[in-house]
Amino acid sequence: MVQIEDLGRIIDEHPFFQGIDGKLRGLLVGCAANERVDAGQYLFRQGGHADKFYLIRAGSISLEIHAPGRTIMVDTLTEGEVVGWSWLVEPYRWTFDARAQELTRLVSFDAKCLRGKMEADAELGYEVLRRFVPVMGHRLAATRLQLVDLYGPAE
Amino acid sequence: MTALPAEPMLPSPFRIVKVVRELADTFTLVLQPEAGGAFAFRSGQFNMLYAFGAGEVPISISGDPADDGQLVHTIRSVGPVTQALGALKVGDVVGVRGPFGTPWPVEEAFGDDLVIIAGGVGLAPLRPAIYQALANRQKFGKLIIMYGARTPQDILFRKELEKWRSRFDVNVHVTVDRATGQWAGRVGVVTNVVARAGFDPLHTTALVCGPEVMMRYAVDMVEKRGVPTDKVHVSMERNMKCGLGLCGHCQWGPHFVCRDGPVFRFSEIAELFPVREL
Repeated sequence: MVQIEDLGRIIDEHPFFQGIDGKLRGLLVGCAANERVDAGQYLFRQGGHADKFYLIRAGSISLEIHAPGRTIMVDTLTEGEVVGWSWLVEPYRWTFDARAQELTRLVSFDAKCLRGKMEADAELGYEVLRRFVPVMGHRLAATRLQLVDLYGPAE
Repeated sequence: MTALPAEPMLPSPFRIVKVVRELADTFTLVLQPEAGGAFAFRSGQFNMLYAFGAGEVPISISGDPADDGQLVHTIRSVGPVTQALGALKVGDVVGVRGPFGTPWPVEEAFGDDLVIIAGGVGLAPLRPAIYQALANRQKFGKLIIMYGARTPQDILFRKELEKWRSRFDVNVHVTVDRATGQWAGRVGVVTNVVARAGFDPLHTTALVCGPEVMMRYAVDMVEKRGVPTDKVHVSMERNMKCGLGLCGHCQWGPHFVCRDGPVFRFSEIAELFPVREL
């Protein structure tokens, strides 16, 4: 079983929370849990309640959209990356399916627990958002590049 | 710039000895000179290929620089000349002028991590540099190949990528913009891979080739990782005609891409790169 201090070390070593203040890390640990998901299993499904977010420690997660007769993969997230920001924005619903491509180990954070702590502690709230916003910006830019269809047929 | 051929405006006849259908719109021609002998070139250089009766197009050389007995070109059908080249068969003859242009600075990168970033058919001009790097593997730190394609069906040189990936001394990352079905690899733009690849930014040389937009974002990411722009090299494409910097068709600011490029040190063109009017 993973101890509280181990979770603190894992959070410390993960690129997403690299360099975080010890006091804030302590608050995060109180909402964290260690998880694993086997290859092919879903971490969450589109439309489901976004009650967590995840740091990937090992493995890979594909984000997918299901359409009748086919599943479209839109992004893959791997070791060192964060999964999910729907927990930050109402109505807290997942907008994609997330499925493990291989055995994947993660740290999960309980959204309700963390939102409560962020409301109560503005420093924690700022720190978490400060780390999420660049991720959101980067993914938005990447999505726009995908839309450009860079390698498509020449016009 | 390297030495020009003796008769740079005179096409030499080359016979097609092999045709490989790589993708739905991309094929490889393996050529041998009708007059016999060798064809020496440096990685990154291009030839003007003449499809008789259709016209001439600049095409990068995609073969191994150490193998001067045959000339290899990988071509995407995008216009009448490349379509005419695509209709040719083994035994047919094409005209070849070249080689022209600046090479990938592979030797200059000895001692560094070598990061190769390719998008789409941009892997073809980089393949000679990859062969050269593999032949000199012990002279580099890490050798990292990052390749982005549109879908899993559009991955160029797939078997070779798999072969390189199976080596213990090469890191190969392939990502596609979209996928369905059984694809077990990565989905997302190639810049995502650059952001996370394990190289030492202060001792890295990066070679980048692909659509210009992809190169812009890839170079941005490499720069963000801390690689100095004088160690980043890109291969540009413009309307090359003469191959000698005489006709002016490929003028790009103060440069002629056929003569001063196609491979440029990014620090020398950084200001031109985002100018859409050029």
